[in-house]
Parts: sequence; structure tokens; C-alpha cells
Amino acid sequence: MSRASRRGVLSGGAATLALTLAAPRAMGQARPKAVVIGGGFGGATCARYLNRLGVAVTLIEPNATYIACPFSNLVIHGSRDLAAQQFGYEALKREGIVIAPEMAAGVDADARLVRLASGATLPYDRLVLSPGIDIRFDALPGYDEAAAQIMPHAWKAGPQTLLLRSQLEAMRDGGVVVMSVPANPYRCPPGPYERASLIAHYLKTYKPKSKLIVLDAKDAFSKQKLFQTAWEELYPGILEWVALGAGGKTTEVSVKDMVVVTEFDRHKADVANIIPPQQAGRIAVAAGVADKSGWCPIDPVTFESKLRPNMHVIGDASIAGAMPKSAFAANAQAKVCASAVALLLRGEAPASPKLLNTCYSIVAPAYGISVAGVYHPAGGLLADVEGAGGVSTLGASSEVRAREAAYADSWFKTIAAEVFG
Amino acid sequence: MTRVRATVLAFLFSMSSACAQSPAPPGALSCSGCHGAAGVEIPSLSGLSADEITEAMGAFKSGARPATLMNRLAKGFNETETRAISQWLASQRSAP
Ligand SMILES: Cc1cc2nc3c(=O)[nH]c(=O)nc-3n(C[C@H](O)[C@H](O)[C@H](O)COP(=O)(O)OP(=O)(O)OC[C@H]3O[C@@H](n4cnc5c(N)ncnc54)[C@H](O)[C@@H]3O)c2cc1C
Repeated sequence: MSRASRRGVLSGGAATLALTLAAPRAMGQARPKAVVIGGGFGGATCARYLNRLGVAVTLIEPNATYIACPFSNLVIHGSRDLAAQQFGYEALKREGIVIAPEMAAGVDADARLVRLASGATLPYDRLVLSPGIDIRFDALPGYDEAAAQIMPHAWKAGPQTLLLRSQLEAMRDGGVVVMSVPANPYRCPPGPYERASLIAHYLKTYKPKSKLIVLDAKDAFSKQKLFQTAWEELYPGILEWVALGAGGKTTEVSVKDMVVVTEFDRHKADVANIIPPQQAGRIAVAAGVADKSGWCPIDPVTFESKLRPNMHVIGDASIAGAMPKSAFAANAQAKVCASAVALLLRGEAPASPKLLNTCYSIVAPAYGISVAGVYHPAGGLLADVEGAGGVSTLGASSEVRAREAAYADSWFKTIAAEVFG
Repeated sequence: MTRVRATVLAFLFSMSSACAQSPAPPGALSCSGCHGAAGVEIPSLSGLSADEITEAMGAFKSGARPATLMNRLAKGFNETETRAISQWLASQRSAP
């Protein structure tokens, strides 16, 4: 704290107030308060780091068990149990983080209060929102919440993941699986292609007369050359990818007819996996931190909302420039944000950060590929540090692919331990 | 009133957290996403000295040490930044 501001506190009426407030209280009770909304990769990490930095933290999260999306494509593949994706908040509670086990319903920015679904309110000095995504059930004609029970999205892990898995299991050999992939931005850019690979692997192994059609609203995607090279080698005749330019964009679905409609075609499906357009978790809209795009503009140094003061947005909900919507990124952003929030609460200014991202994709058992990036604030956004980052080498040996698959597994164990363990 | 409350808090907090660690240098907080406890495929950094980490990062960056991914990340940092990260990592009690 600077001398000038200390003098500010101790001069005039404020001095009396400071002393009255401070005198009867133990230091611990005077800790500034942060409220974190959402106990996923971003929010749970941020809560832990804030708590360690001496801030009193309440984490608002309605679910007692968090179900992680990374590696949930292996559950759909049939090689992993959903239980391996589940984590609780016991470790966070033991550290002294208070959990409010319900939905946040709204935020009063002026009074700095979060309103909970029960009607109770929580005051904050700084608020961090990490609500992840919500599916836009208004964006694709025919695809509403009821339709998702027939054509699962499985883009939030849990019952949806198991539903897609059981539909694949029940499908006859010779069936057609149709996947629909949205335009950018959406959660986990390479996720649909990892899923396509693993579904193709399941079909090749157990139902080799079947086909997978991937209908894409894009012409280019993450790790594209690596995926396509692997598909040609591993899944010829099984996996067909239809780009936007070839009429891949889904315009409508009909659950009654089990049809996925594109500009040029109607695809009859035995199993349909619709990954629909998405937006920041709805609380971001209620709090006033989402813009017209449905996502949240932020300051790239502090992750403070560009629309509301004292509120920070991290993870999938944020507009993080070149940083993808990944669990790795949410975790990295959470740590930088916690550090910035702690400094701001002390009246200090955080320095410009750098952040990393790494996303592994599993293309087949013991076949992993990755994309990595280094980011820094530039032009008001998080931009790529030039000359760094990139994808796995094309044409690498099977030994290198196996090593990346093992690293992927190792990454998940380590990040899960950092966030929940 | 709100401003006063914020200032009072800032003052008390700055005293109560005099023991708080100095902020991590740019990039350092991301490492623990992959490098954690020993016993998994990705090596733990725990127990490594600052010099060892700096040297490894330099070798990843130049290509002298083969890598699947660290070469791509090491290129995002200059020597000063790399040294700062290494020193910070080595100074963590339970290093990530
Ligand atoms: C199939 C698939 C595979 C993936 N694979 C990878 C991968 O390999 N690597 C990787 O890095 N990333 C991967 N991801 C992406 C990753 O899951 C997300 O990027 C990550 O979960 C984002 O973290 P978050 O904190 O922003 O949101 P989340 O993890 O979704 O957490 C949000 C939390 O907020 C809570 N919440 C929402 N609204 C409220 C409210 N109003 N009040 C209180 N709580 C609320 C929710 O209950 C939830 O627990 C994958 C995603 C999918 C779908």
C-alpha cells in the first residue's frame, strides 16, 4: 500500500471509521471477500488460489459432484468409466473454502451482492464467474431440451455422455452415426474430432459395417492435418467428414424422423450426436458481463469484465482471444486471475501475465496428438506469442504418438489433483 | 462509503497478508497444470534447482533435448523470463 493512500485512510472521518472497524476485529475476519460462481476447472482452481492468497472465499456450485469433460470421449468409446470423471469438493472445504451448494441467480453490481436461487445474498469485494457454457437450445431448429434426450449433445459430461454411449452400444452393425459440429466459438475446439475418431474406432472394432458422418459448420479445424492423416490411415470407409463448403452445416434436425438436415442433404441417422451452438453460462447474461455474442469480454491482464467493475470472468465463458475454451486454459486463467484479484484487493496493480495452453486429443488407443500455445496480452486481447506453440509433428513415429497419449493421461491426473485433490 | 470500505479492506489486507508470496513471474502459474506430483508420466519439477530448470528449458528451445511438446512452449519465453520462472518454481516449498 502506498503512503499516499494510507494517509488517505487515516485522515479525516475515514480515520475514525478505519479504527472503529479494525479495532474490535481479528485480522482474519477483516479479510476481503471473494465470491466465485461455478466449481469447474476455472472456478474451483480460482477459489483455491484465492484462499491460499489470504482472501476469504465462497464458492457457489449447485452440484456436489463435478463431472469432467476431458476424457469423457473415452467413456463414449467404452474404454473408460464415468466414475473416473467425477470429483467432489471435500478438499476445498477442508482448506476453509465455504461452498454455497446452489445456483447463483443474479448479481447486484452496485451493492456487490450475489443473489442465490434460494433468495439468500452473498456480499463480495470481488466476484469471479466461471460458469462454463450453456447450450443454445434456440439456435438450431428442432433441437430443444427434449430433442437432446433423443439426439444427445454430450457436451456437458454426465447422463448425456452415458446416453450417447448406450445408443452406440445398442446400434446394429451397419448403422449410420451422424455427428453435427458447430461453428466457432465453442467449448473445446478439437473435442468433436477426438470424439469422431473414438466413435470410428469403436465402430471399426465392434460394428465394422457401420459409418460415421461428421457434418461440420466449418472448413478448417484444430489439428486438422493430424486428424485427417490419422483418419485416412485408421478409419478409411468408416469416417466421412463433410466440410461447410461441401454442405456440412446443419440447418435443422428432426428427432421424429431421426434426420439431420443440411443445406444440400437429409441424413438419416441411427444415432445422432448434435453438438449445438453454445454461449456463456446463463448467469453471465444475468450478471451483465456477457455481450451480444453471448460471451464475456475481459481485460487480458486481470480478467476483469469490460462491462462490469469488480467482476472477473474466466474459462469457457470468457472471450480470451487466441486462447481456446479448454480445461487447461480455464485452470491457467484461474491462477492468473486469482493472483490479480489478490493484488487488486491490496490496492496494487498486477503485471502483464503470460499463459499456456495444451490440449491433447486421443485419436485411437495409444495414439495421442496435441496443440500447445503461449499467450500474452496484446491489443486488449490474449494473443499468441509468435514463434511459440503449434501442433504435434506430422508423420511422427507410433512411439511418439503413444508417448503423447500417456502424457494426456498424466495431464488429466495432475490437473484433476490441482483442482479437486 | 463503498470507497471507504474498499480502502479499509485494502489496508487491513495488506497488513494481514504481509507474508503473502510475491506474485509469480509471467507464465510460471501455468506449469502446475501438467507438472505435479511424481508417479505419473510427465515429470515432477519438485526438487529441481533453478539452474536445472533453466538449462532444460534452453535445451528444449534449441532442440538439443528432444521433446513432444516442451519445445513448442519453451519458445514462448526469452532467457530472462525463463530464468525468472525457474527461480520461482525452485523456490516453491511444494514445487509444482
Ligand atoms: C467432450 C469434451 C472433451 C474435452 N476435452 C478436453 C481436453 O482434453 N482438454 C481440455 O483442456 N479441455 C477439454 N474440454 C473442455 C473443458 O471441459 C472446458 O473447457 C472446461 O470445463 C472449462 O472450465 P470452466 O470452469 O469454464 O467451466 P466448467 O468446467 O463447465 O464449470 C462450470 C461450473 O459452473 C457451474 N455453474 C454454472 N452456472 C452456475 C450458476 N448460475 N451458479 C453456480 N454454479 C454454476 C456448473 O455447475 C459447473 O460446475 C473438453 C470438453 C468436452 C465437451
